[in-house]
Amino acid sequence: MLKNWWKILCFLLLIYVSVMGFLVKVPVLDGRLQQSVRNLFFHVPMWFGMMILLSVSVFYAIKYLRNPKPVYDHYAAEFARGGIVFGFLGIVTGAIWANYQWGSPWSGDPKQNGAAIALLIYMAYFVLRGSMTDIDKRSRISAVYNVFAFAMLFPTLWILPRLTESLHPGGQGSEGNPALNPNDSTPEMTMLFWPAVIGWTLLAVWITTLRIRLQLLTDKQLEHE
Amino acid sequence: MANKGAHIITLIKKDLLLEIRQQYTFYGVLLYVASTIFVVYLSMGEPEPAVWNALFWVIQLFVCVNAVAKSFLQDNKGRMLYYYSIAGARDFILSKLIFNALLMMLMSLLSLFIFMLLLGNPILYLVQFIGLSFLGGIGLSFIFTFLAAIAAKAQQQAALMAIMGFPIIIPQLLLLGRIAKASFSPILQAGLWQMVLLLVGLDILIVLLAIILFPFLWKD
Repeated sequence: MLKNWWKILCFLLLIYVSVMGFLVKVPVLDGRLQQSVRNLFFHVPMWFGMMILLSVSVFYAIKYLRNPKPVYDHYAAEFARGGIVFGFLGIVTGAIWANYQWGSPWSGDPKQNGAAIALLIYMAYFVLRGSMTDIDKRSRISAVYNVFAFAMLFPTLWILPRLTESLHPGGQGSEGNPALNPNDSTPEMTMLFWPAVIGWTLLAVWITTLRIRLQLLTDKQLEHE
Repeated sequence: MANKGAHIITLIKKDLLLEIRQQYTFYGVLLYVASTIFVVYLSMGEPEPAVWNALFWVIQLFVCVNAVAKSFLQDNKGRMLYYYSIAGARDFILSKLIFNALLMMLMSLLSLFIFMLLLGNPILYLVQFIGLSFLGGIGLSFIFTFLAAIAAKAQQQAALMAIMGFPIIIPQLLLLGRIAKASFSPILQAGLWQMVLLLVGLDILIVLLAIILFPFLWKD
């Protein structure tokens, strides 16, 4: 029970976010945006989840390279998988919102493109894993690729969209960071936004740990056969 | 340190000598460049500057994949082991990076020449554009050299290179295309130097990563 406090916290936070996300008072910014600004509590945390999970994946890839234990490889692979799922959810929640706000689900915005590139890179990671049958070699080479891809991706993901004009906040000539323009937010929204980020990230970690446990059990079963 | 430098130079000389004797990569890629650009010329004549720019970088990408993919194939496993025992993994990858960068610079220059010959010359600032195509060629060759090393280990060269490389290279190509736009119009873009610095920073990052990560690929 004590060990699982964070799962309870995750559950409580997400209940809070799901209820208050629809009830909290939001400022009416312009005729178009209206209540859809509530997407902040559901769309933006997906990206936080993705980036945190992918960072954890790289952390374990480096750990594997320093000390080649199969457990670390499972951690790296499953955190990358979880990151992809959350990235995909981020794209979908963004596309539904953009369909009403920007007129089409996909408008080739720098951040949309960046997200799509991130997903492609990590799908390539799984293709690379699938192409090798030798487990030791697969773990080592995919760990190398994981570190390399992460280092190539994230500088561009963090720097490039700020240099160009964008429909998202935080582009060239618009205020704020890539997540939100602080002028559009109220203190009540901020109080809900950070619990949402923590809650969704915890959910992502929860899903991933379940998959890791499954992998480890499958490994164990294979050893006994 | 001097010893290390000598190792690297010897390895580069070895690659260069192999290249001059076999003349396989150079003429193969040259033919590839020339025929691709000729096909583009036949199908669209002289394109607009924006299209010219996009085509140039896309063709650079494919040239790079073709030129660099071979770099870990021409040596068989026994010989690799030999290099490893006499020179060490870091010297080996550094020599490959430098050799491929030189090769790619030459290829960039040649394809730029054929581009201007067949597709017209919309460039206003030629010297800057040549400099940028060198920088772009070096960046592309660094990334693909490292990916070729990974793909060589996975034993599925061509397909894997494309799958791994193309998503990773997109941000760089976007940057290159955007910087290159400045050579086509007399108006100076804002944030141009920022982007060039970002590109140089990325190149340095790739070299560092290659030096750190390559020994792990080599351990067999």
